[in-house]
Amino acid sequence: MSQIAFLGAVELGLVFAFVAIGVYLAFRILDFPDLTVDGSFPLGAAVAAVLIIAGWNPWLATAIAMAAGALAGLVTATLNVKFRILNLLASILTMIALFSVNLRVMGKPNVALINQDTMLSPFYGLGLPEFYVRPLFVAVLVLIALLLVWRFLASDLGLAMRATGANPRMARAQGVKTSLHIYLGMALSNALVALGGSLFAQTNGFADVTSGVGTIVVGLAAVIIGETLFHSRLIIWALIGCVVGSVLYRIAIQLALSSDILGLKASDLNLVTAVLVACALILPRLRRGRATA
Amino acid sequence: MKFLTAAAIATLAFVQPALARDVTVDVTAIVEHPALDAVRDGVKDALGEAGFKVGENLTYNYESAQGNPGTAAQIARQFIGNGPDVIVPISTPSAQAVVSGTRDIPVVFSAVTDPVGAQLVKQLQKPGGNVTGLSDLSPVADHVALIKEILPSVKTIGVLFNPGETNSVTLVELLKKYGAEQGIAVVESAATRSSEVQNAARALAGRVDAIYVPTDNTIVSALESAVTVAIESKLPLFTADTDSVSRGAVAALGFNYYDVGKQTGAIVVRILNGEKPGDIDINVAAGTDLVINPAAAEKIGLTLPKSVVDRATKVIK
Repeated sequence: MSQIAFLGAVELGLVFAFVAIGVYLAFRILDFPDLTVDGSFPLGAAVAAVLIIAGWNPWLATAIAMAAGALAGLVTATLNVKFRILNLLASILTMIALFSVNLRVMGKPNVALINQDTMLSPFYGLGLPEFYVRPLFVAVLVLIALLLVWRFLASDLGLAMRATGANPRMARAQGVKTSLHIYLGMALSNALVALGGSLFAQTNGFADVTSGVGTIVVGLAAVIIGETLFHSRLIIWALIGCVVGSVLYRIAIQLALSSDILGLKASDLNLVTAVLVACALILPRLRRGRATA
Repeated sequence: MKFLTAAAIATLAFVQPALARDVTVDVTAIVEHPALDAVRDGVKDALGEAGFKVGENLTYNYESAQGNPGTAAQIARQFIGNGPDVIVPISTPSAQAVVSGTRDIPVVFSAVTDPVGAQLVKQLQKPGGNVTGLSDLSPVADHVALIKEILPSVKTIGVLFNPGETNSVTLVELLKKYGAEQGIAVVESAATRSSEVQNAARALAGRVDAIYVPTDNTIVSALESAVTVAIESKLPLFTADTDSVSRGAVAALGFNYYDVGKQTGAIVVRILNGEKPGDIDINVAAGTDLVINPAAAEKIGLTLPKSVVDRATKVIK
C-alpha cells in the first residue's frame, strides 16, 4: 500500500468518523436505529456544494449543511415521537424522501466542486502536499467534534439523554423529558453525519446524490470495530473507538482493494467488507466463550 | 541456467527497444455494467494492439467502486498512490474522484457525457493540465430524427430515466430541446430503481406515441419491464443503448461501447508515447451503430421503413 493510498484511507476514515459518532449517538446512546443517515450524508454534501458554488463562504456553507442535517433528524424524530411511527420505519421514510430533496437542492444528480475554493483551500498553499493537508485538516475537526460530544454527554443534558436511551420509563419517572432528548439527539446525530457529507464533497471535489448508499453500514461497522477494540464502558473510549474503527475500516477496504495476490477480484469488495465486519462482531464472542469455558 | 534466462530476457529487451519501458495503466469504473465493462475491455485491447501487453511490459490494474462514490474516492487515492503512467476513470463520479486528487498524473476519462459540466476540464479544445478523455454524449438529435423517420406522425415521446443519474438528466434536457425543434412534446417518467421501471413505463401508456430510453443504467438494467409495457400498450420502444435491441426494443442508434473503449485506449497510447494530455482535444466518441429488431416492430403492428432497414448496421432476427 502506497503512502498516498494509506493517507487517503485515513482521510476517508476520518471523514466517516463523523458518521460513526452520529451513528453511535443514535444507535447506542438513544437506542434509535436510524437510517436517516443514508439521506443526511448526501444532504450535507448537496447543501454545502450548492452554497459554495453560489459563492458563499465554505465555512458558513458547511454550518448550514449541518443545520440541514439536523432538520432531517428532527423530521425522523417528529414522525417517531409525535406520530408514533416505529423508529426504524420513520427513519426509512425520511431517508427515501431525502433522495428527492437532495435532487431538488442540487437541481441535478451531481454537482462538481473541483475548481471551487473549499474550507481546505487556504491550507493547500502552506507547503505541505495536499495528501497530507486533507487528513490533517479533517483530523483537527474530528478532534474538536469528539471533545465537544464527550463534554456534552457528560453534562446534565447529556446524562439525561443517556438515561432516555438506557431506560426511557425510568428516565420519565425521574422527570426527564424523553421526547425532547430524542429530538435533540437525532438532530445532533444527523448534523454530524451531514458535516461528514459536506467534508466528503469538499475533499473529493463532488457531491453526488448516490453517495449516501450504505452510509449506515459504514457507520455501524466503525462503531462495532471500535467497541471490539476498546470494549470499555467509558464514553470517551467509545468515541475514540468510533474514530479508530472508522479509520481501520477504510484501511481494511484499502487492503481488500490491493489484495490481487489473494486471487480476489474487484467485484468481491462488498463480500470482503461484510466478512471483515462479521469478524469484528464474532471475535469478541469467541474470546468471551473461551474465557467462560 | 539462470544466467541464460536472464541473458535471453536481456536480448529480447534489446531487440524491442520501443517496448523496453514498462508502463502502468490503472482503470476504474463506478460500477460493473455491460457498457462500462465493454469500455474497460476496449481500453485493454487498444493498449495490446499498440504493443503494451499485460505480463510483458504493461501493468494493468482494474477496480470497480461497486456503485459507491465513497469507494470510488478510495480507489482514486489508491491509484494516485501507485503513481501509474496513466489513470483511466470510466463514468463521471469515478473521473471526478481521480481528477480532484491529482494534478500531475495523466488522466484519460471515458464514458462521461458532459466533461465541462462535471468540472473535469475547463474546455474541450486543448484542455490544459493533466486531464483529457472521451465524451459519450449520445447523438440525441439523430435519435429524434430516427424516431420521426420510423413514425412520421409522432407528436409526443415519453422518456424513461432515473433522475439520480447525471448523464440521463443531461440527455433528457437535450431530448426536450431537439424535440421542440421538430414540434415533438416530451413526457418524462422517472424510476429511481429498477423495480420502479414497470410502473414508470405504465405511466406513459396512452399519453405518448413512442417510448425512448437514454443510456440510463437503471432503466437499461430493467429494460424487460419497459418492453413488456411497450408491447401491451402497442408503443414502439427506442433506445440509445444498442444492446437493448436484442432484448426487445424496436431500434437503437448508439455507441458500440467496446469501440468507445478502443478510442479511449488510443488516447492512452498517445500519452504513453509522450504526448501531453493537456494538448489532446476532447471529442465525442466516433461512430454509431443502428440496430433494428423487425420482429419486435411487428408485434406492435409497425413496419420499419426501407430506408432504415437498408442502413441498419445490425438486424436482430
